[in-house]
Amino acid sequence: MLEILVFSLLNGVLFGMLLFMLSSGLTLIFSMMGVLNFAHASFFMLGAYFAYQISTVTGFWIALILAPLLVGGIGMLIERYGLRRVHKYGHVAELLFTFGLAFLIEEIVVMIWGRIPVDYGVPADLNFTFFTLLGTNFPAYRAFILLIAVMMFAALFLTITRTRIGLIIQAALTHPDMVAALGHNVPRVFMMVFGGGTALAALAGVIGGPILVTEPGMAFLLGPIIFVVVVFGGMGSLGGAFVASLLIGVIQTLAVALDWSLGGTLAAIGINLPVDGFIGTFSRITVSQTAPILPYLMLVLMLIFRPKGLMGTRES
Amino acid sequence: MTDRTLPTGKTAAAAMRGGARPGGPGFLARYGLWIFAIVVMVAAPQFMTSGFSRSMLSQIGIAIIFALSYNMLLGQGGMLSFGHAVFYGLGGFAAIHLLNEISPDGLPLPLELLPLAGGIGAMVFGVIFGWISTARAGTTFAMISLGIGELVYAGTSMFPDQFGGESGISGNRVTDTSLFFGYGPQVEVYYLIAFWCLISTIVMYLLTRTPLGRMANAVRDNEERVRFVGYDPRIVRFVQYVLASFFAGIAGGLTAINYEIVTAENVSAVTSGSVLLMTFIGGVGNFAGPILGAILVTILQLSLSSVTETWQLYFGLLFVVMVMFAPMGLAGVIMAHQPIWQAGRMGRLVVPYAIGLVTFLIMGTGLVALIEMNYYMSTTYDASIPMVLFGQDVSVHEALPWALAVAATVVGGYLFRLAIRRIVRAWDAVVAEIKQGGA
Repeated sequence: MLEILVFSLLNGVLFGMLLFMLSSGLTLIFSMMGVLNFAHASFFMLGAYFAYQISTVTGFWIALILAPLLVGGIGMLIERYGLRRVHKYGHVAELLFTFGLAFLIEEIVVMIWGRIPVDYGVPADLNFTFFTLLGTNFPAYRAFILLIAVMMFAALFLTITRTRIGLIIQAALTHPDMVAALGHNVPRVFMMVFGGGTALAALAGVIGGPILVTEPGMAFLLGPIIFVVVVFGGMGSLGGAFVASLLIGVIQTLAVALDWSLGGTLAAIGINLPVDGFIGTFSRITVSQTAPILPYLMLVLMLIFRPKGLMGTRES
Repeated sequence: MTDRTLPTGKTAAAAMRGGARPGGPGFLARYGLWIFAIVVMVAAPQFMTSGFSRSMLSQIGIAIIFALSYNMLLGQGGMLSFGHAVFYGLGGFAAIHLLNEISPDGLPLPLELLPLAGGIGAMVFGVIFGWISTARAGTTFAMISLGIGELVYAGTSMFPDQFGGESGISGNRVTDTSLFFGYGPQVEVYYLIAFWCLISTIVMYLLTRTPLGRMANAVRDNEERVRFVGYDPRIVRFVQYVLASFFAGIAGGLTAINYEIVTAENVSAVTSGSVLLMTFIGGVGNFAGPILGAILVTILQLSLSSVTETWQLYFGLLFVVMVMFAPMGLAGVIMAHQPIWQAGRMGRLVVPYAIGLVTFLIMGTGLVALIEMNYYMSTTYDASIPMVLFGQDVSVHEALPWALAVAATVVGGYLFRLAIRRIVRAWDAVVAEIKQGGA
């Protein structure tokens, strides 16, 4: 039991860190431009596919650097020639644009790499056991993911709060006209932020691809969850996204490990519910079965009771 | 962040005024379009007699109701929902369960009223989910609708008795209790769908002209002012939401009759996404927009999916291009031509449009060839087997087809750019002339 708990926690933190890497870019883009980028998980997927393609030629380490840069470049082009055009029609049109983009990217990935998963595995350098605890092995690659995620959080946090670039980004968020008057090219700042955000998503894809499955449906699978993270953590709050990612990662992973049900719990203390009908079905649902809906339940509840989110400072 | 919606208000209001101008057009001008639509609806299956086209007509009828109900949210109320299929699907489940109560010999309820049951079933959920989600508009609303959609979809797998798990719930539409037909053949089902489609369309149209419909427009355009006038925007949104879920449920009920099966697929995000695409491509600013979108998208979906496996790519392209260049949808494009048509100057645009079409076709042919060859290479087991493209055997390992495709795309694209410039020039000239003539 202890072993299950420890490893569920570890894997929960790991999943949470991956979620954070994904959603930090989304948070950045959202807080800057007010655009909820529906295609964000698609850039994550592109990162994984690009890394797979590059690593077949050059190996993993060069792909780790090259793939995010390439995807970031694509993100910048999309901002410059797509999103900026749509901006004048308002937020609904922007949302719809990224929604269509997500569709498009998935189909383009199918067109180039096919429908079946590609063989993108853990690099040989990192394919060993990091430590063994209570008889279960913890792979080194997972530790590597944790390391990258922590480094990314630190770098991002320092950039935003301690550097001149972060200063301009934060100012452009609240006072775009003032920043423009001071001689900064605000549209270009937006373009850089969008490109940076997509590059972060791609980085998550490069290191997440080997432990998830790199296939065309992966964006569709992860897409909604990162919205939960961003909304739950508070729109535009990097710290909130961090806490929310870990929370969701741990809760979901722990829930999967539990096979308690309401009926079973009540029966253990002497109350027996009817076996048939709606109540019967309801009482037999185990916690592990509810794992997929937990994030969305959290999202809806948060939006009802505290639309600002965990650490957000403003509503949408 | 302020909530700017698509600039839909003016055209919608103008379209509605057109029908109700006092002492304006006569009977035929006012109801002509409706009569024409009814004639087409009744006559269509008599000319389109194949099983495929009749089932397509039935699907179009359902899609029209569904898209119009979606537009009650997006176009009229300014609520972008990513989970409208929840009501379509739950309405379908309500209807199929009731159908199984009726058939073969149970409740003495006429089959013709089953869609109403779907509507009421969906409306019950509309009240619950609507109360949760209409408290706020804009992005928050969109996010809640996404969350509810995912919740309900995931929920269907938890209650296999109610939703049938993977295989869904099936029924039998041939009952003893039906009033008019036996509903064995597809054409009889089509007429039932057409009837409900007509009724729903009329009711939804009339709803746009009630104080509620007008207030929904006002809440979309300027929520603050609505509050100032003394209305509660939330209540307006809520009522609009509940009514929209009712009509989505009617569409779901008709689906239950049409396919005799309802599955979790019907409440999924894919279905929600497809109704969003339909409505938007048709145009959200005009009442007829979603109807156009439903017809076009259903035909495209059915015909494209039988021609190419990667039809969703073309579909996504169409959608993104529409968002970028024609955010008012097809109906918006048509409406933009109305003043030119009335001024009798469409002739001036015919030649530039024809050039545009030809160059577009050259570019499109090249692009389609590139996409199809790429797709074939990455999905087939053995790419050395020649593929069939535009009726020709094409070997993707030779350079010639690739060179031809790239050439057509690049040259066609360049010419199309020039053609677009010419269209813009001609358009500006015509508009300037009309303005001068009017002054």
